[in-house]
Amino acid sequence: MSVFIDRSTRLVVQGITGRDGSFHTRQMSEYGTQVVAGVTPGKGGQSFEVGNGTRIPIFNTVEAAVRETGANTSAIYVPPPFAAGAIMEAADAGIELIVAITEGVPVQDMTRAYALVQDKGVRLLGPNCPGLISPGKSKVGIIPGQITIPGPVGVVSRSGTLTYEAVNQLTVAGIGQTTCVGIGGDPIIGTNFIDCLRAFGDDDDTEAVVMIGEIGGTDEQEAARWVKEHLDIPVVGFIAGQTAPPGRTMGHAGAIISGSEGTAEEKIRTFKENGIAVAERPVDIRDHIKESLGL
Amino acid sequence: MDIHEYQAKELFTQAGIPVPPGEVARTPDEAESIARKLGGKVVVKAQVHTGGRGKAGGVKLADSPEEARAHASAILGMEIKGLEVARVLVTPAVDIESEAYVAVLVDRESQAPMFMVSPEGGVDIEQVAEETPDAIRKQRVDPRYGLLPHQAYQLAEFLYEDPKLQKQATAIVTQLFDAFSRNACSLAEINPLIVTPAGEMKAIDAKVSIDENALFRLPAVREYRDLDAEPESETQAREADLSYVKLDGNVGCCVNGAGLAMATMDLVKYYGGEPANFLDIGGSSNPDKVVAALRIITEDPSVKAILFNIFGGITRCDDVANGIVEATRRIDIETPIVIRLTGTNEEEALAILSEAGFSAYTSMDDVVEKAVQLAAQA
Repeated sequence: MSVFIDRSTRLVVQGITGRDGSFHTRQMSEYGTQVVAGVTPGKGGQSFEVGNGTRIPIFNTVEAAVRETGANTSAIYVPPPFAAGAIMEAADAGIELIVAITEGVPVQDMTRAYALVQDKGVRLLGPNCPGLISPGKSKVGIIPGQITIPGPVGVVSRSGTLTYEAVNQLTVAGIGQTTCVGIGGDPIIGTNFIDCLRAFGDDDDTEAVVMIGEIGGTDEQEAARWVKEHLDIPVVGFIAGQTAPPGRTMGHAGAIISGSEGTAEEKIRTFKENGIAVAERPVDIRDHIKESLGL
Repeated sequence: MDIHEYQAKELFTQAGIPVPPGEVARTPDEAESIARKLGGKVVVKAQVHTGGRGKAGGVKLADSPEEARAHASAILGMEIKGLEVARVLVTPAVDIESEAYVAVLVDRESQAPMFMVSPEGGVDIEQVAEETPDAIRKQRVDPRYGLLPHQAYQLAEFLYEDPKLQKQATAIVTQLFDAFSRNACSLAEINPLIVTPAGEMKAIDAKVSIDENALFRLPAVREYRDLDAEPESETQAREADLSYVKLDGNVGCCVNGAGLAMATMDLVKYYGGEPANFLDIGGSSNPDKVVAALRIITEDPSVKAILFNIFGGITRCDDVANGIVEATRRIDIETPIVIRLTGTNEEEALAILSEAGFSAYTSMDDVVEKAVQLAAQA
């Protein structure tokens, strides 16, 4: 099994004709994701080659893409000024899972978009996230397919390359993944740690979870308490930013220690208090997972 | 982006919030003439992006223009929490009957704007929250409707018993939300909001942070950026579209991705070193970006070793390796460089780097340990 996406995922790419959108559309299609449509306002009626001569239609609106192709999932690569609007359009058009890759979305735009997403009961991943991949089945976003293999570990993270680092080490050690989910580095995001942990807990194939957090906010702390109450599979945690100074944004808009809140120390302590094995270095993630799987 | 008190007060004035008059001085002469123009007692306030200015001696009361000049002369050039004071705000001294705290911020937990108000103003609100949490009222604001009239009134009613003051405060919280929305603030704070003996309400101090990601649509607010308030290296990094934060250590770090960059800094510490910076070069293998990154790192005199940590996913390692080689040809660097690349096309990358004479690694731990060792030997 996998969480959130599988072979039935039918993807529409918003911003398909842009640099990132077109590159990653081909990557996703090559990986095996069913990319069924693209959206770029003003380019409706044209088509886009996803590889091997296969062409998919481009629409002006997500609504038309859903109507004509039965798309149920959207990947958003549109520039930051228009990203919140793109999320709301997808939610309005009946998309079930929206994956917003765009980095740099104004946070107040996101508060409005998120309110609509919640009203519609839609799952949003991101923004400012690498998306997700269910190895061997489907990927939506930008996670490199070649560093993953199918297997028993669920991975959830606020980061991009740090996740790749951890996943790659698992893969090299022969330990595969059910699904790897990047939830995004912004202060306001859709799907959070608990949503992913719950999905992994409900998935029969996921035997252990890697949770990679960073400084800023309280999402990891709440997730740790949730794990203790509700999850009966082992969780290995890692927190980036122990050396980050307070009050400074460390790359990700959400990675900031505000006042005394959101320090790495506090998160690591809460992990330990709630029975989560904490990896001191990225390389220790793999070793803790091996141990918890009895390998 | 943090802005200065006087700039925040400009935004508040535009929204209709009552703010005492005042002007900014960069020299003691200017401070004296502003004080003379205002007449009466004035306060001279250091304009720096940090709290605790009063305790540091950066806020002084002056009875005369001459005294304002003397205070300005002492405050200008002083350092508060490592920040040099380049401007002072000269504003009339106001008699205070009561002080309240009013703020609105983007709240991560409730994923919406959130008001926080307290009748105990003029103090550190985190301390109030800890010691007397009942003295704070919070109000989540639905971003689609904005602050509703009854919500504004409820906040005002929590702060004041006098209906006249409630009315003024209702208007002020509404105006504050307006300023917060129009200027894409992540925080807009009045501390304290005071009442004078005559029953007039005024915002005596103002603190505002603007969402960097929204500056593209706020040309006037963009002008508020104070380049004196940040190290020159951070200005250069922003212009080169690099995410960079200067730190105090001696191991320069150049990494792709924010999470991996933080994890790399942490690993430097783990192996007994201190990171000199946070730097995320992003997903690009563009040599221009690598050049800009190396320039910024090498201009920091405390850097004794430079460490690259690149995970090639979509980005190909051989592209990055070529970028590094090209960049080091363009600038003369004496500081030792150690490089770790792993992921897509790593073997080609290692060949390119060793041919150019670099020590290249595939393990993150090995390269960090090496960099810490090199920095310690220098």
